[in-house]
Amino acid sequence: MLKGSVGLIALGSLLLSGAAVAQEKIKVGVTATLEGTYTVLGEDGIRGFQTALNTLGKKVGDKELEFVIASTDATPDSAVRAVRKLIEQDKVQILLSPLSGDEGIAVKNFAKTRPELTFINAASGAQETTYVDPAPNFFRYNMDGAQWQTGLGKYAYDTKGYRKIATVGEDYSFIYTQVFGLVLEFCGAGGQVTNRQWVPLGTKDFASVIAALPDDVDAIYLGLGGADAVNFLNQYQQAGGKAHLMGGSIMIDQTILSSKGSAKNALIGTIAASGQADTWEDPGWQKFVKAYQDSFPPNKRFPSPSLLATNYYGSTMALILALRQVNGDLSNNQAKLKEALAKIELDAPNGKIKLDSNRQAIGTNFVTEVVDDGKGALFSKVVKVIPNVNQTLGYDPAVFAKIGLPSRTVPECKKY
Amino acid sequence: MARFIERHPAWALIAIIAVALLLWLVFAVWPPGLEQAIGRKRVFLNAIFNGITLGGLYFLVASGFTLIFGLMRNVNLAHGSLYLFGGYVGYAISAWTGSWILSFVIAFLAVALVGVLLQILVFRRMEGQDLRQTMVTIGLAIVFADLMLWVFGGDFYQIQTPSWLVGPVQLPFITAVKSSGEPVYLQYPMVRLAIFVASVIIGIAMWLALNRTRIGMIVRAGVDDRDILAATGVQIQVVFVLVFALGAGLAGIAGVVGGTFQSISPGEDTRFLLASLVVVIVGGMGSIPGAALGAVIIGLAEQLGSVYIPTYAIVVTFLIMVLVLALRPQGLLARR
Repeated sequence: MLKGSVGLIALGSLLLSGAAVAQEKIKVGVTATLEGTYTVLGEDGIRGFQTALNTLGKKVGDKELEFVIASTDATPDSAVRAVRKLIEQDKVQILLSPLSGDEGIAVKNFAKTRPELTFINAASGAQETTYVDPAPNFFRYNMDGAQWQTGLGKYAYDTKGYRKIATVGEDYSFIYTQVFGLVLEFCGAGGQVTNRQWVPLGTKDFASVIAALPDDVDAIYLGLGGADAVNFLNQYQQAGGKAHLMGGSIMIDQTILSSKGSAKNALIGTIAASGQADTWEDPGWQKFVKAYQDSFPPNKRFPSPSLLATNYYGSTMALILALRQVNGDLSNNQAKLKEALAKIELDAPNGKIKLDSNRQAIGTNFVTEVVDDGKGALFSKVVKVIPNVNQTLGYDPAVFAKIGLPSRTVPECKKY
Repeated sequence: MARFIERHPAWALIAIIAVALLLWLVFAVWPPGLEQAIGRKRVFLNAIFNGITLGGLYFLVASGFTLIFGLMRNVNLAHGSLYLFGGYVGYAISAWTGSWILSFVIAFLAVALVGVLLQILVFRRMEGQDLRQTMVTIGLAIVFADLMLWVFGGDFYQIQTPSWLVGPVQLPFITAVKSSGEPVYLQYPMVRLAIFVASVIIGIAMWLALNRTRIGMIVRAGVDDRDILAATGVQIQVVFVLVFALGAGLAGIAGVVGGTFQSISPGEDTRFLLASLVVVIVGGMGSIPGAALGAVIIGLAEQLGSVYIPTYAIVVTFLIMVLVLALRPQGLLARR
C-alpha cells in the first residue's frame, strides 16, 4: 500500500514536470500509413515531413516544435484511433494527418468534435473531405484526387487519340475521386469509358481481374497504389498483358516506379497526371528534390520524392510558416493560427498553393509520361503544366454540384 | 464411389449433372446468348484456372498445418508466421544468389529448422494441453510478426520469377472463335501452372509417403494411437520432430511460392493462417486429401467470387465454412 502511494506520487510529479516542459513546446501529432498496403507511401510521406524539418527548422519564435508520429493502415478507424491516441495520450495540440482518402473523411469528421484543435491534412485526397460539410478547423494544402487528374482526359483523347478506355481501381474514396476527375474530362472531350472495375484495397491475387480486362479498348486506366499496384503489374507481366496504360497519381509515382523487379517496365510510356512531375525544371522543385536527396542516404529513399513526400512537405511547410506568422500563439483556441493558415499562400515545391473558402487547396497540376532514364530508372516526365486548378475543376459550382459525389458509378460518362 | 451412388442416388445424379455442365462450360464454344448472360468465356476459364492454382498455394500451407494437427493434435497458430518467414528467407536467397530453385531449398530447410525448434522447445513441454499450446502459439505468432517487421520493415517484397517462367503460355482451350472462323486459345501465366503442377506433385508424394512407406505407416499408426505406437518401441518423439519439420518446411516453400506470384509483407502471416484454418475446417482436420479438396474449393470460391460477385467476394469463403460447420462439422473428408 505504502509502496503503491509512493509510486503514484512519483508518477504524479513526473507528469507535472512533463507539463512544465510542455509549455515551451508545441506538440504536433503526425500520422502516416506505416502498416498495410500503403506502407511504402507512408514511409516516403514521413521522409517528406523530415525534409521539411531539415529545411525549415523546428523553432517557432522561442518555442520548439515537438512531433509524435503514429501509424495507421489506410482504414478510417485506424486513422481515428491514431488521432485520438495522439490527442488524448500524447496531448498534441496540432494534427498533421492523415495520408489516405477514407482516413481523411473520418479525420475531418472527428475534427468537428475537437473544434479547439487544428487539423492539417497531410496527404489524403478524397473529394468529400473538404467538399461536403467541411470542418472549420481542417485545412488541406494538397489538391484532391479529381484535381490531380486534370489534363489527363484531354491529353489522352486529343494527343494520344484514345477513344475508349476501361478503368481498374481500388474500391475507396480517393480512387473514386481520381476516376471522377478522369471520366469527367475524358467523356467531356468525347471519349467513352466502357467498364469500371473495382478491387478491394489490399487485393493480392489480380489474375482474374486481369483476365476480365476488356480487349476492345484503346487504353486501360490503373487507379492502384502501393502493394496493390506492384502485385497488379507483376501478375500483368506474367499474364503477358500488352495494352496501353494510363495511370492515377499514386500509380505513376516513385513508390511504384522504383519498386524492385522488372514488372514496372510495363509502365514505360504510360501517361498520367498528378500534383507533381519528377523531371519538372522549376528551380523550387529542383531545390526540394536536392533537399530530399541530401536528407537520406540513397538506399533509404527513392531517387526522387514521391507525391506523398511532396504533400507531407507542403503541409509541414504550411504549418511551420503559419506558426511563425503568429509567433507560436495558440491562445483563444488557436484562433490566430487558424486565421493565418486559411490565408497563407505557399510557394510549395510543386507550384503555388492557396486555399479556397472550404480550406481546400487550389494549385498546379501536371500531365506526365513515364520515361526510362537510360540506366533502368523510371521517372515521370512533364508533358503539360496546368496552374490554378480548383476543386470544382473549372466548372460552375452549381453545375458541379449536380454531377454528384464520386462513387463506383458517378459520374456518368457524358458531357456536363 | 459405387456405394455412394447406391446410398444417395439423387445426390449422385446432381453431382454428375454438375460435373457434366462444368465440363461443357470448359470445353464447348459458348453460344452468344450465354456470353451475354454471364460474360466472356475467357474470364470464366481464367477464374477457374486461377481458383485451382490459388488452391495449390493454399494446399501447400494447409497440408503442413493439417499434418501436424493430425499426428500430434497440436493446433499451431504460428503456422502463418512460418509461411511469412519462408517467404522472407526465399526473397533474401533469390536476391543474393539469383537462383529461384535454391531459394526453395533454403527456405524449406530454414523453416523446417524453426519447426524442429518449436517442437522441441515448445510443444514437447506441453504435450496434450491444447489450450496452453494454442495460447503459446498465438503469442509466438505475435512475437515472430514483430521480429520480422523489425528485420524486414513494412515493405512488400516480390521474389523475382525466373525468366523461363515469365509470360503466358497457350493452352488447348478455345475461349472464342473469331469471325474468320479461327479459334482463339486461352493464354495463361506459365508461373501459375508451374506452381500448380508442383503442388500436385508434392500432394501426391505426401500421399504416397503416408500410405506406401514404412515411415508413413508409423505416422498413420501414431495418428490412430500414439501410446500403443510408443509401446511397440517406435521413437515417437523423433517421428514428431520429423513430421513437424516437414509441415513447417512445406509452409516455408509456400512462402516462396506466395512471394513469387503474389507478394510478401507484414500481415500475410495472419491471412494465410486464416486461409489454412478455413481450408482444413472445410476439408476435415488432419486429412491430407481433405486439405487438397478444401484448398481447391476455397481458391475457386475466392476467384469466382471476385469476378462474378465482387462486392460480396470476401464473405463467400466464410459462408462455405459456415455451411460445412452446420452440415458436416467434422469436415468434408474427415475419417471420423
